[in-house]
Amino acid sequence: MKIIVCISKAPDTTSKIAFTDGNSKFDENGVQFIVNPYDEWYALVRALELKEANGGSVTVLNVGDTSNDAIIRKALAIGADDAVRIDTPTQDALFVAKQIANYVKENNPDMVLLGKETIDYNGSQVGGMVAAILDMPYVSLASKLDMNGTTATIEREIEGGVEVIETSTPFVLSAAKGMAEARIPNMRGIMAARTKPLNVVAAIAADNATEIKSFSLPPAKTGCKYVDADNVEQLIDLLHNEAKAI
Amino acid sequence: MSVLIYTDSADGTLTKNAFEAANYGALLAKKEGKSATAIVIGEASDIDKLGAYGVTKVLHVNDAALNNFDPQRNAAIIAQAVTKENATTIIFPHDYSGKATAPMLVAKLDAGLVTGAVALPEGNTVRKAVFSGKAFADVEIKTAIKIISVLPNAVDKQIGEGSVAVENFSCEIPTTRLTVKEVKKASTELSLTEADIVVSAGRGLKGPENWGMIEELAQELGAATACSRPVADIGWRPHHEHVGQTGIAIRPNLYIAVGISGAIQHLAGVNGSKTIVVINTDPEAPFFKAADYGIVGDAFEVVPKMIAAVKKLKG
Repeated sequence: MKIIVCISKAPDTTSKIAFTDGNSKFDENGVQFIVNPYDEWYALVRALELKEANGGSVTVLNVGDTSNDAIIRKALAIGADDAVRIDTPTQDALFVAKQIANYVKENNPDMVLLGKETIDYNGSQVGGMVAAILDMPYVSLASKLDMNGTTATIEREIEGGVEVIETSTPFVLSAAKGMAEARIPNMRGIMAARTKPLNVVAAIAADNATEIKSFSLPPAKTGCKYVDADNVEQLIDLLHNEAKAI
Repeated sequence: MSVLIYTDSADGTLTKNAFEAANYGALLAKKEGKSATAIVIGEASDIDKLGAYGVTKVLHVNDAALNNFDPQRNAAIIAQAVTKENATTIIFPHDYSGKATAPMLVAKLDAGLVTGAVALPEGNTVRKAVFSGKAFADVEIKTAIKIISVLPNAVDKQIGEGSVAVENFSCEIPTTRLTVKEVKKASTELSLTEADIVVSAGRGLKGPENWGMIEELAQELGAATACSRPVADIGWRPHHEHVGQTGIAIRPNLYIAVGISGAIQHLAGVNGSKTIVVINTDPEAPFFKAADYGIVGDAFEVVPKMIAAVKKLKG
């Protein structure tokens, strides 16, 4: 079973969010970067579990420049066999999807797994684009994936319930909570990651369809209105008459 | 020229998010002097209601075989509707169906997509939530056709008296390798992402046996229940209730947080809520900084009083 897991670089969840260059760029000063949690905790770990049960290989794929190598090594330390970095400054989702689709087409994996979204741009775009470019089935927000030969049984969260889906390889899947339990790399994994192959390949020409012009922070709350714990009825009254929320 | 809105259905009726998207699409069409057309794939009994939201025409692919969701198939159908309607902008709800279908349509049309819009576009630029709700980005779409998926509460609801013309849309329906075997409904619980009011609780409740009052308060308010990450991780509550950066992000009208300190990851998932109420014994809990209303007090005393007060209000 040949599995490609797409990983993305994201700022740590506790990062302070600030911007520079006239609010046009994310301020990376002092920010620690991690493997996007949905890619790592769910897509990568489930891929490793499937490999452990069925044999095969897990390749992590990243689109980015050399500054992404540290998080790629982390994915290797967790257990991926090898890594490929498509060498280009990261651009918009369609650009990234075209790079991934091109690589997938040349390498014919049984499945492409990725997280349901990145925690920075929250696009939830790349997986569906890759699937559509390659005319493959796409299952998004999957919380369970089991393989039986070339048949995949997948559970997917929908409004107010869960869908059980069957599809066949090759397919693209975006992973959400429930898919697997996060793994912490051990010392052996970290040592082994240093010598695992990280192949750098050239990007293909592609245009951006979107461009971020500027960032802004949400308006700060004007302050919390405190209600005395002995006067709970006043809170319900405020929610009804002032906030008009109930 | 038109704005085309994908309105998804579940169990034979359009979803709340579908109406949110219809409202957004109709307001955009009005702003740009275009017409608003919705596309409905599969059976839906309440299509007429779209008229009140400003949609004037509905393309309905009325086939029970399409009731189950398949983004690959739906994207192919919507692409045909885009051509037929000469649509310049396509609107999706940013929910489970829109998140899967919109990117697939992008690749078919080679068009730019902005997901998670929080306001109407200004020209070619759309404001969207980024960093899990901690910031906004203004994103320019450079292509002639624009695709936008919309978060709940992105624009104010405008409901009028309009009516819709429903047209049966016959189109080519591709076969795919995806089959929906079963749909398991999460009992009669209100869907967390669609709820107007959410009552949420955390470790401050001390144990899973104490959730009865949270459920009762939610029931009195017609609210959904949610929880913080630690509570889901230790198994006090099911994972699907976990809201926050690595769980579900929600934007209800009212979010009531009981015994949740308000870690930055939790706030990220809920700070799009219109009104936030925090109940916590610790006056230093960071959540109070993000709250509109707060009570410093013991949940076991405050929540039962809230239930009584809500009962009294609702008479």
